[in-house]
Amino acid sequence: MRLDAKIPAGPLAEKWDRHRFELKLVNPANKRKFEIIVVGTGLAGGSASASLAELGYNVKTFCIQDSPRRAHSIAAQGGINASKNYQNDGDSDWRLFYDTVKGGDFRAREANVYRLAQLSGNIIDQCVAQGVPFAREYGGQLANRSFGGAQVSRTFYARGQTGQQLLLGAYSALSRQVAAGKVTMYPRREMLDVVVADGQARGIIVRNLVTGEIEKYAADAVILASGGYANVFFLSTNAMASNVTAAYRAYKKGACFANPCFTQIHPTCIPVHGTYQSKLTLMSESLRNDGRVWVPKKPGDKRSPSQIPESERDYYLENKYPSFGNLVPRDVASRNAKEQCDIGKGVGETGLAVYLDFADAIKRDGKEVIAKKYGNLFQMYEKITADNPYETPMMIYPAVHYTMGGLWVDYNLMSTIDGLFVLGEANFSDHGANRLGASALMQGLADGYFIIPYTIGGYLAGNAKKKVTTEHPAFNESLAQIDSQVKRLLSIKGKRTVDDFHRQLGNIMWEYCGMSRNDAGLEKARELIRSLRGEFWENVIVPGSGSDFNQSLERAGRVADFLEFGELMVIDALSRRESCGGHFNEGYQTEDNEAMRDDENFCHVSAWEYTGYEKEPLLNREPLVFENVKLTQRSYK
Amino acid sequence: MTKTLNLTLKVWRQKGQNSKGSFETYNAKGISSDMSFLEMIDVINEQLTIDGIEPIAFDHDCREGICGMCGTVVNGRPHGPEKGTTLCQLHMRHFSDGDTIVVEPWRSRAFKVIKDLVVDRSALDKIIQAGGYISVNTGGAPDANAILVSQETAEKAMDAAACIGCGACVAACPNASAMLFTSAKISQLALLPQGKPEAAKRAMEMVRTMDGLGFGNCTNERECEAECPKEISIVNIARMNREFFKAAFLS
Ligand SMILES: Cc1cc2nc3c(=O)[nH]c(=O)nc-3n(C[C@H](O)[C@H](O)[C@H](O)COP(=O)(O)OP(=O)(O)OC[C@H]3O[C@@H](n4cnc5c(N)ncnc54)[C@H](O)[C@@H]3O)c2cc1C
Ligand code: FES
Repeated sequence: MRLDAKIPAGPLAEKWDRHRFELKLVNPANKRKFEIIVVGTGLAGGSASASLAELGYNVKTFCIQDSPRRAHSIAAQGGINASKNYQNDGDSDWRLFYDTVKGGDFRAREANVYRLAQLSGNIIDQCVAQGVPFAREYGGQLANRSFGGAQVSRTFYARGQTGQQLLLGAYSALSRQVAAGKVTMYPRREMLDVVVADGQARGIIVRNLVTGEIEKYAADAVILASGGYANVFFLSTNAMASNVTAAYRAYKKGACFANPCFTQIHPTCIPVHGTYQSKLTLMSESLRNDGRVWVPKKPGDKRSPSQIPESERDYYLENKYPSFGNLVPRDVASRNAKEQCDIGKGVGETGLAVYLDFADAIKRDGKEVIAKKYGNLFQMYEKITADNPYETPMMIYPAVHYTMGGLWVDYNLMSTIDGLFVLGEANFSDHGANRLGASALMQGLADGYFIIPYTIGGYLAGNAKKKVTTEHPAFNESLAQIDSQVKRLLSIKGKRTVDDFHRQLGNIMWEYCGMSRNDAGLEKARELIRSLRGEFWENVIVPGSGSDFNQSLERAGRVADFLEFGELMVIDALSRRESCGGHFNEGYQTEDNEAMRDDENFCHVSAWEYTGYEKEPLLNREPLVFENVKLTQRSYK
Repeated sequence: MTKTLNLTLKVWRQKGQNSKGSFETYNAKGISSDMSFLEMIDVINEQLTIDGIEPIAFDHDCREGICGMCGTVVNGRPHGPEKGTTLCQLHMRHFSDGDTIVVEPWRSRAFKVIKDLVVDRSALDKIIQAGGYISVNTGGAPDANAILVSQETAEKAMDAAACIGCGACVAACPNASAMLFTSAKISQLALLPQGKPEAAKRAMEMVRTMDGLGFGNCTNERECEAECPKEISIVNIARMNREFFKAAFLS
């Protein structure tokens, strides 16, 4: 398939403006004749639903949770970037653009990223107008902090609950449209298929999670904003219901899946404590602004941190990267933590942790200042570990956190299925091989508030469509297929639980397709995943029935998709014969153990096309053309 | 220090909205004191599943105390015995070996049981839909620093905005009132200059909707504040009442 990214012509800074002008408009009176389906109510789906409804479209919005306010975006802690340059420290659209492209290790599209930077300021304006209580300075202006890898202070935050406050802002706008009758909200629904009728996305099939009924919904266009797939690793910082199902089923219907192996491991999470563990908890990386990362100099030093004198501590990030120190990007910080633990310098009971120490910051600024910045994070840490970070250093270890890969989209955020748009973490567009901190919230809201309202208009105005109803045969075919999958899962009645399979898959992914990868391991992972998948369909046990509230059944469907998708990740990782950002293949590294890119042969997006169950997927490449930045080897020394 | 606990659980099981429920007893053996309460239920559920029994249905998602999805009444207290803690953040180290723990769903006229520990909280969304927003469309917002907001005001607004909408306040209140939830949103928006123009109308409509949905009245029992996992203060209720009376007086 030929991938056309539809990047507008013209100078970088003028592309979006020009494109908006060139896009066809839907006449205001005609907007109410269009139905749009939005799957997901996170920052991307919530903001899109509200903005489209405000324009006059009729929106149907779906989410898994009991309320749109609970989408996984709620858990984001640290903040959201914008190139406001309120601090007068040299920020600009250009700098945010450059940092994002460089942070993504030159595997993102220039035009998309520049647009993101341009829109970043509008997002903050919009959120403040909605009543988002961002942190303020004494003078009443908005406060900023610098965040993971940035040398300017461009991150806006609301205590450690930025995602919550931004999401509640989008949720309030969405609620207003529900009250106005422009959005119909369908909570506790899980989308299980995209319906493609006559070559266009025209609806979805969902399972009503309360009654078990399989339902059909038709529309003129479908938007997926279903979040990321980090839970393929079982343990991740994502919410329990985060899944790949919506995106994967779209992939099976013809949407290309781009760069699935680009996953982000976050350096500051609470270490794993037992086999029963159900998820991992992130400690916001804003903590790295004031916390100092260290391990004992001597491998195997089991003394308590307070007994290790200054001279016997190794502040390895500060030593190795003098100019960025503790603020190196996430992949660099994560791999270094692993390296320290691999050579026996890890701390804590399992030896799989490093210290993040606030003693110096408390000495310098006082406990009160530190408490004001990080109080709720410290409290959360203490709740989980029963250790008090004001008195003893935190212990942290990397964990899977975010997925840069996602469904391939063009500049209009449309996938390779006509009329299927993909927003937020579910698409692949802006973060390349590695995302900078505080950029996901920005991207989700840019997509939902400021991009899709224009580009979907261009699509709807551009081609007159026949009305399709749920009576179209494509709906019934799809429904029958979903129904039979549900029945099949219930009928296996094997001996292993869904979680048991999921946990094993997660171990395989973490071991062989995690922080660092190698060819032999990836080949092995492929075999292991295939055989696990085979066993799943023979030996899984899903109790209960399909016709009521059944959480085991919900999870079974998601794990079935992860078991296929995991293999796609491995295939993608194997095919990318280089290291870049979050994808680190040990076969491709510099002398300093940094990722070694191959710009000659791999400066492209890998967009995978489904060819059938257990068949080799087809690789389509979208070349990445850099006209405005020079590709450099990342260096944070 | 990690300890291992053996516990007896009495859990409310109810097949569906119209079925009669009852308590079932389960033994939870070999529970690590480092587990969260939900991980303890996971362990029981894995065993039930293998035994061919339907696992206990319970709502949860973030498991970090922020999404507001989890919540059951544990030994008579919403989210269990720890102050300022959601159920997903409650760790088993707060229980002792040999304890009997009673687990049941939120109970309120406005929240129907869907299954076991899962309830329908859509009434809370309806209260927000009645006015829990500032009426601005996307686009055209003034520069974010155009209107200054004092740090003190922003902090107070944030205190109120921290509500996670879990419904524990309703479950804790002898009258099943949703005043704390409703007042938190009204306060947040009334405190900020952006929310002031609609403050009176908002208070009026949200309170009326809340009353219409079957939530009880506030008789100052303060149980809501005591059990709120985010420690939202009842100062918000006073603020809401002020806004409400202002509105009633003006209309
Ligand atoms: C702990 C944590 C902290 C973070 N902190 C930050 C931060 O400080 N700054 C930053 O920029 N980013 C941060 N991120 C990343 C950021 O939060 C996410 O990338 C972003 O919120 C994703 O938003 P979204 O709208 O794309 O998807 P989500 O918020 O994940 O929403 C997905 C929605 O889709 C729905 N859904 C999914 N599948 C289906 C289906 N099959 N059927 C129906 N509905 C479905 C869900 O119900 C949900 O409503 C953090 C992430 C984590 C895990
Ligand atoms: S699961 Fe999200 S608050 Fe408990």
